[in-house]
Amino acid sequence: MGGYGDVQMIDENGLRMDGRKPGDVRPITIETGVVPVADGSCRMVWGTNEAIVAVYGPMEAHPRKIQKQDRAVIDVAYNMAPFSTTDRIRPGFNRRSREISKVTKDALESVVLLELYPRSKIRVSIEIISAEAGTRCVGLTAASVALADAGIPMTDMVVSVASGKVNDVVVCDLNKEEDNYGEADLPMGILPNTGELVFLQMDGDLSPDEFKQAWDYNVDAAMQVHKLMVEALKGGANQ
Amino acid sequence: MNSRPVGQLDNMSNESNADGPRDSRRSPVVVPGEDLGSAEGVEAGHGVLVVGDRVKSTKQGRMSRKGNTISVTPLHTRYMPRPGDLVIGHIEGCTNNIWFVDIGAPFNSILPMSLGPAKVEFGGTRKVLDIGDSILCRVQEVEETHQSVVTMKGMGLRKIRSGALDELDPHLLGHLIGKGGSFLRAMKMETDCRIVVTDNGRLWIDGDLENILEVRKRIENISSEARIVGVGA
Repeated sequence: MGGYGDVQMIDENGLRMDGRKPGDVRPITIETGVVPVADGSCRMVWGTNEAIVAVYGPMEAHPRKIQKQDRAVIDVAYNMAPFSTTDRIRPGFNRRSREISKVTKDALESVVLLELYPRSKIRVSIEIISAEAGTRCVGLTAASVALADAGIPMTDMVVSVASGKVNDVVVCDLNKEEDNYGEADLPMGILPNTGELVFLQMDGDLSPDEFKQAWDYNVDAAMQVHKLMVEALKGGANQ
Repeated sequence: MNSRPVGQLDNMSNESNADGPRDSRRSPVVVPGEDLGSAEGVEAGHGVLVVGDRVKSTKQGRMSRKGNTISVTPLHTRYMPRPGDLVIGHIEGCTNNIWFVDIGAPFNSILPMSLGPAKVEFGGTRKVLDIGDSILCRVQEVEETHQSVVTMKGMGLRKIRSGALDELDPHLLGHLIGKGGSFLRAMKMETDCRIVVTDNGRLWIDGDLENILEVRKRIENISSEARIVGVGA
């Protein structure tokens, strides 16, 4: 973050490099049932980000030492494809993917009714096909849709959106340049029906007022994204 | 209301909801977390949760109201065993006196030697049912921890030695069987195949190879159509 303060990313009309206003979200497409062999799946295209999530389970947890006697465990594997960015990523897990898998797991654990499936495991595989910025948000949101598609009982669906600061202006849903050269990044996981927060990270510095503005942008964007998630899940079934 | 097909005038509406919704399958689809109304005087059925004074859905599925019970029938779900279910299982492992059976549920079932297909001596389980064998069995009991016991003592329960096995999502079985078993009966007649449909969504099809292929094609069609239009149980 920072160090590139002279890069102008907001023009004199207050528009961003891709023509969006500060509070605008990139275009989103959500599709369910894209992996026929999985119990539930989702493909989410968010700007130029693309994630495919497959959910398997509940199934018997192996090895047995990971079983919890009173509830299920969620096994999240976040992975970026080697071709997902301009710099080739070395295949396999790394420090970043482990961290994102863990925060995604923690966020999902707060909504899934795990106590209904003691000693079992729910496997969530998040594969990032194309990465621009905010892949952890795309992965978490798509994982919620895939879990719902798999018929896993949940109290709500997690919607994750990030806001940040670019050229001293708070903007919603950062793109690659804004993420790389911006001054702060605030990804959040929100439960749209209750407004509760299940995931929050912050990179960089924000003043209390800027934090409040970023928070408001995230909550508004989450409501918009939630509508699209509901539409995707209801699909043709209501017609 | 018991309705039967009647002659229809040309100018009558074909819309199923022309005079209000009447097909229960067309009940609204809800998603997890969706508010289903006030909890006052309402009982929470399957797939719903009472939070404060509101009823909320916990699954993606079709909402139904029977009496004062609201429930959600999921569109996609994994098979959950219930006592008495007829299932097709695959032998996954065995000890000296127990077989472990995969019945497509979150947990493997066990088939004790005493409930096996034949009298077995201690240590001789693999001589009767080996790993990889498929069996037609019945769920005897399901414990609170979701562990289940299956039995092969009963009419028609046996090791499967011929024909082919196929799978269909358990929630789509209604589309295969039809009202009162009509679709399934028609398929059996047309293809001259013996078809056993089990509660865990597995099917045993026995007959001539060409006929088996025809049945499998029809089952595949049911699956793919369900994926396209998102039909539910």
